[in-house]
Amino acid sequence: MGLVLLVVIWLITFVSAYFFIAKTWWLPTGASAAAAGIDHHFTTTYILMGIVFVAAQVLLGLFAWKYRDRAAGSPARYSHGNNTLEIVWTVLTLILFVGLNLMSSSIWASERFRPAEPGALQVEVTGMQFAWYFRYAGPDGKFGATKPESIDPSAGGESAIGLDTTDPASKDDVVTGTMYAPVNREVEVILRAHDVIHSFFVPSMRFKQDVVPGLAIHMHFTPISTGDYEIACAELCGLGHYKMHGMLKVVSQEDFDKWLAAREAEK
Amino acid sequence: MAGSAGGGEIIMATRELAAHELHAHAAPQGFIRKWVFSLDHKVIGLQYFFLALTAVFVGMFLSLLMRIHLIWPNVSLPLVGEIKPETYLSLLTMHGTIMVFFVLTTAPQGGFGNYFLPIQIGAADMAFPVLNMLSFWVTFLGYIVMLSAFFVVGGAPLHGWTGYPPLSALQSAGPGEGPGADLWVISIALFCIGALMSALNFITTTLDMRARGMSMMRMPLTCWAWFITAILGLLAFGVLFSAGILLLLDRNAGTSFFVPLVVVNGQLAAHKGGSPLLWQHLFWFFGHPEVYIAILPAMGLCSQLVSVFSRKPIFGYKAMVYAMLSIGLLGFMVWGHHMFMSGMSPYSAFAFSIMTMAIGVPSAIKTFNWLGTLWGGRIRFYSPMLFAIGFVSLFVSGGISGPFLAQPVLDIPLHDTYFVTGHFHLIMGVASIFGIFAATYYWFPKMFGRMMSESLARWHFWFTFVGTYAIFMPMHYLGMAGATRRYSQFTELAYLRDLIPLQKFITYAAIVTIAGQFIFLFNLFWSMKYGKKASDNPWEATTLEWTTATPPPHDNFGGHTPVVYNGPYEYSVPGAPRDYVMQNDPATVAAH
Repeated sequence: MGLVLLVVIWLITFVSAYFFIAKTWWLPTGASAAAAGIDHHFTTTYILMGIVFVAAQVLLGLFAWKYRDRAAGSPARYSHGNNTLEIVWTVLTLILFVGLNLMSSSIWASERFRPAEPGALQVEVTGMQFAWYFRYAGPDGKFGATKPESIDPSAGGESAIGLDTTDPASKDDVVTGTMYAPVNREVEVILRAHDVIHSFFVPSMRFKQDVVPGLAIHMHFTPISTGDYEIACAELCGLGHYKMHGMLKVVSQEDFDKWLAAREAEK
Repeated sequence: MAGSAGGGEIIMATRELAAHELHAHAAPQGFIRKWVFSLDHKVIGLQYFFLALTAVFVGMFLSLLMRIHLIWPNVSLPLVGEIKPETYLSLLTMHGTIMVFFVLTTAPQGGFGNYFLPIQIGAADMAFPVLNMLSFWVTFLGYIVMLSAFFVVGGAPLHGWTGYPPLSALQSAGPGEGPGADLWVISIALFCIGALMSALNFITTTLDMRARGMSMMRMPLTCWAWFITAILGLLAFGVLFSAGILLLLDRNAGTSFFVPLVVVNGQLAAHKGGSPLLWQHLFWFFGHPEVYIAILPAMGLCSQLVSVFSRKPIFGYKAMVYAMLSIGLLGFMVWGHHMFMSGMSPYSAFAFSIMTMAIGVPSAIKTFNWLGTLWGGRIRFYSPMLFAIGFVSLFVSGGISGPFLAQPVLDIPLHDTYFVTGHFHLIMGVASIFGIFAATYYWFPKMFGRMMSESLARWHFWFTFVGTYAIFMPMHYLGMAGATRRYSQFTELAYLRDLIPLQKFITYAAIVTIAGQFIFLFNLFWSMKYGKKASDNPWEATTLEWTTATPPPHDNFGGHTPVVYNGPYEYSVPGAPRDYVMQNDPATVAAH
């Protein structure tokens, strides 16, 4: 039985580890400035935890086999433990775990402590059951007011976010169902929700933030390569949660300006 | 307390006498008083156990329906019909709630804790037998209320077991958010009341009812685990209860604790000024200790089993106790790690992250000590030991993903993905369930007087061990690739469609593993009637439950109270006549 346990535990360990090492499934290709740092720290954690995982499982299987009850074996060792060992592995684990954490703190700080740079493109993201809307302030650089009583999700577009059309600042606001952003320029997203909690998740941008009714959460990310990136909702928001998705199109600054101008012209 | 001062002994003796007298003329004969409204902790333990047994099969059946729907969305099932997206979310909510409350909290503590804590510390019963009976019946009522949510208009709620408002607070937020959601909240509040009463009972019993010589540091680690779990329960369930009441008021009395100004379905709701994050803080202040409430008893039990079946003293008894105490303490300082992406201050995320990494340390110490106990042992591979080793393996596998999720930076890609689902199922779900299985195989002979079939138990082990890994390990791969949780379909986003083959594999693995659980069910009921008759101490273990008759008499020790001379893990003591020294053996270990 000890041998069977050894074989099964080792097999599970090596098969699991294989798929991790072979990267059969992996983080989606990163396309934001923060992705490299996050992925690097992910890999570091991964290697260290991988070693601990394999070592612990291999020892468990090995001990199960080696110390199985045998007719001719020596009696079990009478020992209540070893304080030196306890102290050694407590200290080592503490250093490993807390050290790992401190290593990642600068990335977290740059993602969440630092506000967006001046000159970042502001996009207001609104989540609602079950769609995302994106608003650009237009040439005046100001977002117009919204009124909760004007919100009409079924109408879509400006009405869906309750844009107050009497506010002069709202005249040039552009509301779209697809998010456009220029490459290599920081995007400051202002995250809002009108009904329940949603979560704005752009896997390729390594971006995720819950969108909470009653709060306007300011966050930022910088796309570094052009392309289409899927947006998902990551917080359970009701029966249509699975189909609440959108698209982020990262284009050159030139194309972005053209696109925005065309939207302004349509108004 | 270990037979020290004379005055202390007199007090202890008086207590024993009082407890004993209570029981001496309390052995009821009628069916109702003996098996239904029983005051006997053993019967109440069995009631909790069978409640959890029905709950685990209900919860498992719900997960089967979910897995089937995920890969065959259009299939119509007998009894259930076609599963719609909202049905899927109801199944998900009820699966999580039933498993967490009525299985993982109920079986290890209410079931085995109730049955064996008093016996292991040498008491005749729990400190408050009537309170104990009430705890069970309130929990039972909670369970009935929970199940009834399936049968009301709109069905069971779809807000998930975490019930985040505003989704959970607004009747119009979706199907199931009407009466179903009210029943869900009421059920949880009832459960909290039962759990609070039970926690008081466990704490008092442990502190006051120990037999002479049973000092705290001579208690089996199972008793330490139940004791610490009870303290966590006392501090955590009160908070959840309050949060539940506030949510109920938001839902029905027009208050706005958790709901700001919102517009649902184009209608302005009659709320303003509430904070959705307040609920999350209250919920997770309970929710994180709850993880330890589920797993601490399994840790205690597996420590016990690893020692018994390796025929060795546990490696580092004191370290194990201190590790559990520090898990209990730190467990209350880490709740914010569930909220890194919630909009909570990023500075507090940093603090919660450090505390969470720190809580990994006592967990690692426990793993080292389990390995240290195996090292140099003479391992007997009976089924309880197989499940205990399985527990250690799963605990490592589920634990190792913790340091990923504990770091806010890595939570950015991983939060609310299948990586989290895989992590907590392995450690809080499956590892704890392995604890429950191990406990069942280990204590069945004492509870029912017969042995379970060892060969069926082994089949059950292999099915479950390999099967659960096959289900939950691939979830980590899914999560890394960005697969979001709580989606009823993966057809809407291209990157999720690419992952469907892996989802299929998980469903196949789930079907096989679930089928394997019927081996356990059959073994359980077959062995009650036809199992081999058990001796009083079939595993040659040292703790007090193995010193008494099988099954134990009404007052546990047949008219006398044991006196304890030894620690709980005296195996292979050099010079001793056998390879184990019972805790009540006056020929103390020191003599050898």
